[in-house]
Amino acid sequence: MAIIVHSGTLDMLYPVFMLASTGGSMDMDVHLFFTFWGLNALKKGGLESAKLPGVMSLGTGMMKGKIKKVGVPSLPELLEMTRMTENVTIYACSTTMELMDVPKEQLIPEVDEIVGAASFLAIAMDADVQLFI
Amino acid sequence: MSDVEIDLELDCRGMFCPMPIVKLKKATKEMQPGQVLRLVATDPGSKRDVPAWADKTGNEILYSNEKGKEYTFIIKVS
Repeated sequence: MAIIVHSGTLDMLYPVFMLASTGGSMDMDVHLFFTFWGLNALKKGGLESAKLPGVMSLGTGMMKGKIKKVGVPSLPELLEMTRMTENVTIYACSTTMELMDVPKEQLIPEVDEIVGAASFLAIAMDADVQLFI
Repeated sequence: MSDVEIDLELDCRGMFCPMPIVKLKKATKEMQPGQVLRLVATDPGSKRDVPAWADKTGNEILYSNEKGKEYTFIIKVS
């Protein structure tokens, strides 16, 4: 499974990590390519500070409270579960890093590689599932 | 199934997707082939999720049962 993670909002990052942790648990080879707003999720503190989009950002606290109450994992917890499966590779988009002035040191240690579109497409061509989130 | 020895009990009641599946992966990673685990879940999705997981990972469901809101699966690790 190859996923382009373009979005950086809480509501969009959840499906990414839900699918990645589930796919990884099913022994699928999962590749996550974080680009544009998605790259913010790979910055230190990025997952913790992800918000709902637009004006709904004001409701982020309430949403996170409901998430915790229902027992759904937080994004950082989901990332940890994703890594546990040992079937998920996380890539940061090199061009986005340049565009948004994000140096390597600002990224979380869970990032496996910094690559470009060609690397991602080469992987995506062989994947059974290709998604843009 | 009363004759099978359960090596690990996995209580996933109250947990929602993907937790039961993630817990299954973690448990089977740490178990030996041939060992048996019993999973109990309340997530309605697990009724189809667990067989899908077992099919893709090559683990065997020896027994499954639905009683009220609880889904029980006895799984042999490959």
